[in-house]
Amino acid sequence: MPTIQLDNLIKRYGEVEVLHGIELEMADNEFTVLVGPSGCGKSTTLRMVAGLEDVTEGEIYVDGKPVSHLEPKDRDLAMVFQDYALYPHMNVAQNISFALRLARRPKAEVHAKVKEVADMVGLTDFLHRKPGALSGGQRQRVAMARALAKDSGIFLFDEPLSNLDAKLRGQLRAELALMSQRVEKNMIYVTHDQIEAMTLADRIVVMHGGYIQQQGSPEALFKRPVNKFVAGFLGMPPMNFLNGEIKEEAGDVFVKGNGFSLRLQDEKAQAAKAHRVREVVLGVRPSDLVFDAEAPSDQALTLDVMVSEYVGAQSVLLCQCGADQVTVEMNSETPMALGQTLRFRITPNRVHLFDRESEDAIQSK
Amino acid sequence: MRIAVANRLTPYLFMAPAVVIMAIALMYPLGYMIWGSFRDWSPSQTIGEAEFVGLKNYVTLWGDPNFWESLSVTLTFAFFVVTLEMLIGVGLALLLDRNIRGMSVLRTLFILPMMIAPVVVGLMWRYMYHPTVGTFNRMLDSLGLPTVDWLGNHALMSVIIADIWQWTPFIFILALAALQSLPRSALEAARIDGATAWQQIWHIKLPLMMPVLIVTGLLRLIDAFKVLEVILVMTEGGPGLSTEILALRISRTATEFRELGVAAAMSNYLLILLLALTLAMFAFTRLQEARAARIRAAVEEES
Repeated sequence: MPTIQLDNLIKRYGEVEVLHGIELEMADNEFTVLVGPSGCGKSTTLRMVAGLEDVTEGEIYVDGKPVSHLEPKDRDLAMVFQDYALYPHMNVAQNISFALRLARRPKAEVHAKVKEVADMVGLTDFLHRKPGALSGGQRQRVAMARALAKDSGIFLFDEPLSNLDAKLRGQLRAELALMSQRVEKNMIYVTHDQIEAMTLADRIVVMHGGYIQQQGSPEALFKRPVNKFVAGFLGMPPMNFLNGEIKEEAGDVFVKGNGFSLRLQDEKAQAAKAHRVREVVLGVRPSDLVFDAEAPSDQALTLDVMVSEYVGAQSVLLCQCGADQVTVEMNSETPMALGQTLRFRITPNRVHLFDRESEDAIQSK
Repeated sequence: MRIAVANRLTPYLFMAPAVVIMAIALMYPLGYMIWGSFRDWSPSQTIGEAEFVGLKNYVTLWGDPNFWESLSVTLTFAFFVVTLEMLIGVGLALLLDRNIRGMSVLRTLFILPMMIAPVVVGLMWRYMYHPTVGTFNRMLDSLGLPTVDWLGNHALMSVIIADIWQWTPFIFILALAALQSLPRSALEAARIDGATAWQQIWHIKLPLMMPVLIVTGLLRLIDAFKVLEVILVMTEGGPGLSTEILALRISRTATEFRELGVAAAMSNYLLILLLALTLAMFAFTRLQEARAARIRAAVEEES
């Protein structure tokens, strides 16, 4: 399957530049997810790869060959759209086989292919229905079957699950993950939903404001975000941010802020020392705060519990730390009452530090 | 109790003026015409004085070759006009469905002919078709080509051309509206699936526009059967009976031949024809709605 390379891709609409030089390389059989808030340029990037948008500057290479001058149909790709984009006047079988029929493949082959992919996505009983007589989930399955039937090397998804309700979305997400293991294709998937990104991707590309913020495996991005945006975007509930200042006392390095004073350890302490910036933002994920009344005060946050949101096995606590809000994720079985002031230990080395001005992460190289 | 009755009657009160106007301006003349079609009636008589002859007028017309000639002219006219207007109008819409600078000005220009009063259109074309001083023949002449006897030997063709000029824009704007409401992503999917521009038109755009096109075509067909002014001004039905459409024959029967009863009967034949077309149109939209409702019901039942 082909490799895809985006080389300094720029997109302008008139005077407005929406993509500022996207550099990206996608290896064989890789599931790449472009994720970011709306307007970050992820869909535009995908549509440029598809050939639905013109490239203003830069080049797209597939297997080393430039393709940006080619029509979509000559790029060896298939695409699944957010609104399914089915042909309303054709039944399911005709929708799936449209590309094959245009290519004038023999009837028997078309028939076999339709049966194969319909089996794969569980549509065998609906082949003679029109899209109007299908539910949302079924329609998106037809769209996937249609893309699969094309047998192209590149598979593009433009927010395929966004129009579905939460339960269906989870179900189809699992099916997609399964499918991506079974078919050997290069997949590019655009979404604004960080859970989809985390669960599906081999590689996540976080975009914001027309720039790539960071790319890498889901784990790498979750554990070592390079800036405050990536840190806040991935993870649910989102990371807590508290303003603080780096202070050195008796050889130890502290982050001090309104209502907390935290002693940094090992690598973090060295990075903070080396960075020479006083004004920082402390980042702590809600899951890295553990209720522990006995925790030493320089390894913990003391929080006033304001609201408790019960979500089943876990509860999300909204707490107050000085003037700032902090969320904590904890086991619902833990007994506690609203209005209490509790101490939460921070899991060692799970704190993140960001330069307050540039918002870049402060970490050892 | 009283208030409830008043509430129930309010809508009828609001509808009353429209009903009165309909009764006076539509139902009364219609009834008058149907009543008159059963009588041997000359303009000098009141309808009461005219002799009742039953279906005689209808039977006479059935055996009148001039009536049949006129009907065939009408059908020929309507067939060519609607077919060509559909082809050109939809073709133009397909060509102009894109974002080019100045497109809105172009579109406005395209629909201008439709806004001109029919009598003016007729006069304009009569002048342009004039055998010696007309625009067309002068142009042909200056190019060294033989001139054409537009409103003589080719009268029917000439009036068809004029009608196409006037009414293609109607089809054009409706087809353009239909095109622009097509789902963008389905067309993008077709591009990715490998459809060329022609295949997109043939397999995606036209089938999806079809419901609008069918209704548009029927509307034009009904209109084409009733055309009068343009042809009256251009040819007065001549030469001979070559452009004498039904509406024209009706008016001549009433005024020149002074046979109001026959004219009324002819009007009724035309009315029946138009009624059939209108019913076909209603049946078509009903069918569409019924199908949509059935599909919706099926989907709801499942989920």
